[in-house]
Amino acid sequence: MQNEHTTIEFPPETLALVNRIIKRYPEGRQKSALLPLLHIAQSENKGWLSTEMMDYVAILLDIQPIEVYEVASFYSMFNLEPVGNCLIEVCQTGPCWLCGAEEILAHFEKRLGIKSGETTADGRFSLKTVECLAACGNAPVIQVGTDYHENLNIQKVDELLDTWQAENKNSHSNPYL
Amino acid sequence: MATKILLENIEAPGLATFDCYRKLGGYASVEKALKSLSPDSITQEVLKSGLRGRGGAGFPTGMKWNFIDKKSDKPHYFICNFDESEPGTFKDRHIGQLNPHQLIEGMILGSYALGARSAYIYIRGELFYVLNIIEKAIDEAYQKGFLGENIMGSGYSLDLYCQPGGGAYICGEETALIESLEGKRGNPRIKPPFPALVGLYNCPTVVNNVETIANLPWIINHGADAYAALGTLKSKGTKLISACGHINKPGIYEIELGLPVEEFIYSDEYCGGIRNGNQLKAVVAGGSSVPILPAELILKTAKGEPRLLSYESLEEGGFQTGTMLGSGGFIVMDHTACIVKNLLTFARFYHHESCGQCSPCREGTGWMEKILRRIEAGKGSMKEIDLLADIAKHIDGTTICPLGDAAAWPVSSAIRHFRSEFEEHIIQQKCPFTK
Repeated sequence: MQNEHTTIEFPPETLALVNRIIKRYPEGRQKSALLPLLHIAQSENKGWLSTEMMDYVAILLDIQPIEVYEVASFYSMFNLEPVGNCLIEVCQTGPCWLCGAEEILAHFEKRLGIKSGETTADGRFSLKTVECLAACGNAPVIQVGTDYHENLNIQKVDELLDTWQAENKNSHSNPYL
Repeated sequence: MATKILLENIEAPGLATFDCYRKLGGYASVEKALKSLSPDSITQEVLKSGLRGRGGAGFPTGMKWNFIDKKSDKPHYFICNFDESEPGTFKDRHIGQLNPHQLIEGMILGSYALGARSAYIYIRGELFYVLNIIEKAIDEAYQKGFLGENIMGSGYSLDLYCQPGGGAYICGEETALIESLEGKRGNPRIKPPFPALVGLYNCPTVVNNVETIANLPWIINHGADAYAALGTLKSKGTKLISACGHINKPGIYEIELGLPVEEFIYSDEYCGGIRNGNQLKAVVAGGSSVPILPAELILKTAKGEPRLLSYESLEEGGFQTGTMLGSGGFIVMDHTACIVKNLLTFARFYHHESCGQCSPCREGTGWMEKILRRIEAGKGSMKEIDLLADIAKHIDGTTICPLGDAAAWPVSSAIRHFRSEFEEHIIQQKCPFTK
């Protein structure tokens, strides 16, 4: 799909996925595909939604850019600023807190040398607190990309971080693929 | 052996595949329904079963279906609410992840009963990996002829799709979910009109919770009477209780409604007692929004009767001494837990999740969080306890959707039952539970 405002264009297999998703809704209701498309767009843009990317989504769905901005800014999974290659989301709500989520967060902060909401200087890791991930029986819980890591303790956090540092973890792959 | 409807085969290896599910009797209810039952008779069966919405509100499912505008010539829609986000609740993920075909089977039954030709499963975006499991199961159901055109030669056709959310608790409210499914911000709509008349794309729509829908195949296979024979007078059937916090065996348990709370907490079949042999202090029995109860009131009602896991027993005593079954998110706290700090995490949650439409909720949730933050840090004053209670009172019942109530109830109940703990924070000028 060519357009005049942006040089962004999804690769053919992503565009095919986008078109399959749009067909799930009745004629003229293609805006319903906005949330799925924002997830895809974010994965195509290193884990965040630039204005240019949102404008491209508006073109794909034949809607106004403002209709994309107002939605992207409402939902907590969409990042409107750049994030690190690996975004670590730590649950902080009641059940996780009861089971030691604060210690888990503090350990991530210590190991990465950043606070929640920050990105490491080398751009490899971002840390963010999130609200209930609905896995309270296995608290404390974190999410990285589409993966949940549950029943965490300090040792498991160390093992995860060692692995991610060694493999240069990227958490922004297309969630559908 | 207690009857299991939702977790009967949950440990069967490969249950998420069509072949395994089918071998265990899966999709029999769809065959029965499409061959021999009219849509109306399915609705009647669900009504007669006494099944109530398992998302938290507990509204009779058959009654909700009966509100659908049958005369409307617009398309009808059936939507599954898989936006599981109420803190303490993690039962629907279990079904979606391990037994997606039971959910699909229920979606076919509900869609057929409601005359829907398109149905959607709206699942919270964080659970994308579960969405992918369900989409794979949907593909299999299409290949085997249980979805798509002319299902099993019945003339009935149905398309079923998954839709991810974007991270918003409010989309668990059904009209916010519909807005979100239309590609908009999750702002709840003013009701009436209810979705049964004006729902998705302004068409007649029913939204049901995952667990509610997963019960439907059993009800059609075994009949409404068999379902209604389970449970208590006002709480029919079984319920998934997701138990977490300071217990020996956190997890998802299917109980027949009416099980004593004491047995649920202390029996090895369920929670296995409090961790480290500690004392039970408090329970939030139905997800973060329901009133917290101290140990003595969750084990026994104010009248001294054993408290049961049922809608009516948990509500016994109203909000003064009772609570609600809610979503079945059962959060247990032992004597080491700080009630104020736990409440602060809930207050922060509701502040974060308020959509911002209604002033009492938008402003009140943030205000309550600020005050709680002060009190918890030992910087609060005595009069702020009453101020907190007053703010909660003014949010309760003054908003478009129940998020306001959900934010207010934990605050007012914590002050009602644990006021001295708030006072301790203020007197000691620190959290008495910090080492």
